[in-house]
Amino acid sequence: MNQWQNFTKGFIKDNPVFVLLLGLCPALGVTTSAINGMGMGLATTFVLVMSNTVVTLIKSFIPAKVRIPSFIVIIASFVTIVELVMQGFLPALFEQLGLFIPLIVVNCLVLGRAEAFASKNNFVSSVIDGLGMGLGFTFALTLLGAVREILGSGAIFGWDFVQGDGMLVFVLAPGAFIALGYLIAIMNKFNKA
Amino acid sequence: MSKQKKPESTFPNMVLALLLVTAIAGLALGGVYVVTKEPIAAAKRAKLKNALGKVLPEFDNTKTKKVPAIDGSDSLVFYTAYKNGSEVGTAIKTYTEKGYSGRIVIMVGFTPDNQIERTAVLSHAETPGLGDKIDKAKSDWSNQFNDKNPEQFELKVKKDGGDVDAITAATISSRAFCDAVRRAYKTYEKEGGVK
Repeated sequence: MNQWQNFTKGFIKDNPVFVLLLGLCPALGVTTSAINGMGMGLATTFVLVMSNTVVTLIKSFIPAKVRIPSFIVIIASFVTIVELVMQGFLPALFEQLGLFIPLIVVNCLVLGRAEAFASKNNFVSSVIDGLGMGLGFTFALTLLGAVREILGSGAIFGWDFVQGDGMLVFVLAPGAFIALGYLIAIMNKFNKA
Repeated sequence: MSKQKKPESTFPNMVLALLLVTAIAGLALGGVYVVTKEPIAAAKRAKLKNALGKVLPEFDNTKTKKVPAIDGSDSLVFYTAYKNGSEVGTAIKTYTEKGYSGRIVIMVGFTPDNQIERTAVLSHAETPGLGDKIDKAKSDWSNQFNDKNPEQFELKVKKDGGDVDAITAATISSRAFCDAVRRAYKTYEKEGGVK
């Protein structure tokens, strides 16, 4: 597999949300609007790239039996760093996403990539994998957020193009499942072809 | 790729590896905490100042005190604002536990003659598209509280015999908002703010 394929697999073929079905808790929770989905995706991308980088660098020093606890400590540290930095320097964004940042720790996507990819591959591949998976996750969250925002509030990225209320169900939790289900179905159609 | 030899999973190796990982992580977090401490405090101050500015007339100085709420467990924070030494109003940070999804924190500004100046929602977790209309960023519903004197303006939704128009399909959030404002007013009254 060359590096370009390694990078792009996160978007369609192995998309974390639509194909691997990893990290669904934030994917369903934060995507009430496109901008929320994007913010969450980018924060996760940062954590994913950093944790993949560190995990691949130290993989040969960690005994196999304690690798998972070590990965969790590394991931939790980066999440806390993101939280503190965002709180200090981007308070407006923190206001929107603050509640969901700690959730990145329990996002199985991050631990999954550390365990399944970064701990077995070299430095360059791991960084590219983190970047590709993270951006694929961002793409999925933004798309899901956009669909829910368009149908639910008649707006896109906060810009109202329809006056009045949309189909409220898409802003609520059931709408997240419905929208995600249809997106996965469409994605499967393309992946099969 | 050459297969590197990993350390065996012996007890000393595992202890050493975990110790190193956690120690480095701890040091890194400590460093980031020190660097971001001041900006976080500044952002919080700016947020408070911004919230006070939203609910009070122009001011140049504030006095802060904590006052036990007339009911409920938590105390409210009173910010009495002055301009050139004379009192221009009191902002009260109040709360309610009756929100649809937990606690709602609201800042209510009172003028010295006991009218509600303005209100601002500081934090809430109400349903997007329904209950979040209590927030001025989403809807101007809460403007109906502006310039009202709670003596004449019953702080209850119309369904409960009050004067407040509830948000359509979000009566619980509207009730919660009224509950928070009423708590602020009653506590303010007890503290001698209402003459």
